[in-house]
Amino acid sequence: MDVQTLTYLFVGLSFVLYIGIAFWARAGTTSDFYVAGGGVHPVVNGMATAADWMSAASFISMAGLIAFIGSDGSVYLMGWTGGYVLLALLLAPYLRKFGRFTVPDFIGDRYYSQAARIVAVICLIFISFTYVAGQMRGVGIVFSRFLEVDVNTGVVIGMGVVFMYAVLGGMKGITYTQVAQYCVLIFAYMVPAVFISIMVTDNPIPQLGFGSEVNDGSGLSVLQKLDHVLTDLGFSAYTDGTKATIDVLAITAALMVGTAGLPHVLVRFFTVPKVSDARISAGYALLFIAILYTTAPAVASYARLIFVDTVHQTSYQESPEWFSNWEDTGLIAWQDKNNDGLIQYGPGAALSPVKPQFTDDRGEHGERLLTNAPTLSVNEVYIDRDIIVLANPEIANLPAWVVALVAAGGVAAALSTAAGLLLVISTAIAHDLLKKTLRPKITDKQELLAARIAAAVAICIAGLFGIYPPAFVAQVVAFAFGLAAASLFPAILMGIFSKRMNKEGAISGMLVGLIFTFSYIIYFKFISPELNSSEHWWFGISPEGIGTLGMVLNIVTAVLVCRSTKAPPSHIQDLVDDIRLPSRAGVAHHH
Amino acid sequence: MTSDKQDNNQGIYRHDGENLPEHSGHDSSVIAEQQVRLYWRANIMLLLKLLTVWFVVSFGFAILLREWLNEFQFFGFKLGFWFGQQGAIYVFVILIFVYAWRMKQIDREFGVDDDNNDGGGQ
Repeated sequence: MDVQTLTYLFVGLSFVLYIGIAFWARAGTTSDFYVAGGGVHPVVNGMATAADWMSAASFISMAGLIAFIGSDGSVYLMGWTGGYVLLALLLAPYLRKFGRFTVPDFIGDRYYSQAARIVAVICLIFISFTYVAGQMRGVGIVFSRFLEVDVNTGVVIGMGVVFMYAVLGGMKGITYTQVAQYCVLIFAYMVPAVFISIMVTDNPIPQLGFGSEVNDGSGLSVLQKLDHVLTDLGFSAYTDGTKATIDVLAITAALMVGTAGLPHVLVRFFTVPKVSDARISAGYALLFIAILYTTAPAVASYARLIFVDTVHQTSYQESPEWFSNWEDTGLIAWQDKNNDGLIQYGPGAALSPVKPQFTDDRGEHGERLLTNAPTLSVNEVYIDRDIIVLANPEIANLPAWVVALVAAGGVAAALSTAAGLLLVISTAIAHDLLKKTLRPKITDKQELLAARIAAAVAICIAGLFGIYPPAFVAQVVAFAFGLAAASLFPAILMGIFSKRMNKEGAISGMLVGLIFTFSYIIYFKFISPELNSSEHWWFGISPEGIGTLGMVLNIVTAVLVCRSTKAPPSHIQDLVDDIRLPSRAGVAHHH
Repeated sequence: MTSDKQDNNQGIYRHDGENLPEHSGHDSSVIAEQQVRLYWRANIMLLLKLLTVWFVVSFGFAILLREWLNEFQFFGFKLGFWFGQQGAIYVFVILIFVYAWRMKQIDREFGVDDDNNDGGGQ
């Protein structure tokens, strides 16, 4: 069977599986719909959290990103895993003990304020929609590359599948499909990684392999060879960083804190039976995530090495097959600047403008011709970072079924995250806005219906984002983490660890953190993008890392305001006492 | 120690109140405020220790001390680089499991564990 038939088969089978699970795990009550009835086993929840968390960006883009920035890629690896330590130690067990349905629920109740609840809902919806737009696009890209359908058709199919299991099954359906999706995506990620590791180093374990010797007789390890090759070409060494230390610190912290504050991840810990399960479940979640996150940097270094080895100073006719395959999709481009018929790779942008603009003609070597002007750099190759993982099986000459598997894995990663995000959006609307704010009298049945309608509407909006991507999608990803770090995380943290924190403090803190972070990112990304460089940044912190400063401002403001206003009422202090204890025993008070 | 008294229905914050555990015979168990304070302090001490490790491996070894640690080789890796792309992640995973295990011990020591809770699920 050819690649395309196999891909249809694999992706189709995975869809049947997801929908089958959704039908089996239909939600009957709002509790089922919001938190899967609160009875999910910690290991199952860990796996579902891992799939929920690992998006199209983790699966498709991360290894490629690291391949081209080397040591600086550590900020993403540590930022997106270190947040789980904060989540497990500081938030998850207490939110589970609190035991309601949503993050705004906690903020609204703990700060005895509808205003606080509404601020939390706004943050949540903004963060989640930012995120979900990228997922739908990811589904579309995988479809268009592997199934040769239009990107938009791909988005519509993806919407249809998510619609089936999110609207029908709610959190219960999503939890069990996410478990299946985790298995698909991790298998799809590991198979090519292991084969490439064997191909380059004879070591089947990628995590060890990229420190092992390359099997070309040079006696150098993968990373040593990569450092040599890249510095010879004029790049900085792969294992040396280029970013300023202060910015690296700020970005890592913002990603960690932002990860811990993401509502679709937090809400997963409402689904386990008890507090001790929430703690251990966070451990399993990170373990399952770490399998992919420790493989990604290995894949990144192999891919970069293979890329330079097979492409640099090779004639176009002799270049590997994947080179022209991906050129056909427009994600690789070559412009023979010095007319020697050989592909030269080096630092700097090859083309001006940076993205290739293809004509319909072919050059004398068979390459696609471009209308871009050449730049002064010796580099002749444009390569989109996203292709690294998707092209892996071809680079390693793996059989067609592996290519099909990777396609199914990419779709699984995008769908699982999209479903989790859509669920928190619909929950926030049905539960926090409708039930808790606008129409407190509606029945459980009506609330469930409202949640289903909200999920359906959210899917349609997300689909529209996928079909007509706002030009700023890539720019706004910094928003999701920055805003979560500057608004939700400090409010939840102080709500648990400070009994004295009151609504005045929490609300003013959230608003200051939110407005500051929002303005900083808007200013440097949209209003004056030409000033977006380290000499103009405050303290040398880029918009990606500014959430850290936003968080500090949030906490400082909250503490100052709290000190000059009155303490929260005693039933709130009792609530804090209660969430701090895993057991159901009450605390004896002497009021 | 009041470790035998933990199974009652007080202080749960569930919506529908479904599937509460069978009445256990203890009418309402309460834990002395002093015990709670000690429990909370033990929790905070554990958090501080674990978060120190978290900080040192990530912000310390992988960022601030990276260049210095890169002088050392570790299984073919420069050590600072290894912490940034591998080591820190392994330590994170271990930290959460150590936390879950130690907290369980502390919970039991103070009689506030949730061993007998069914959580109202399924």
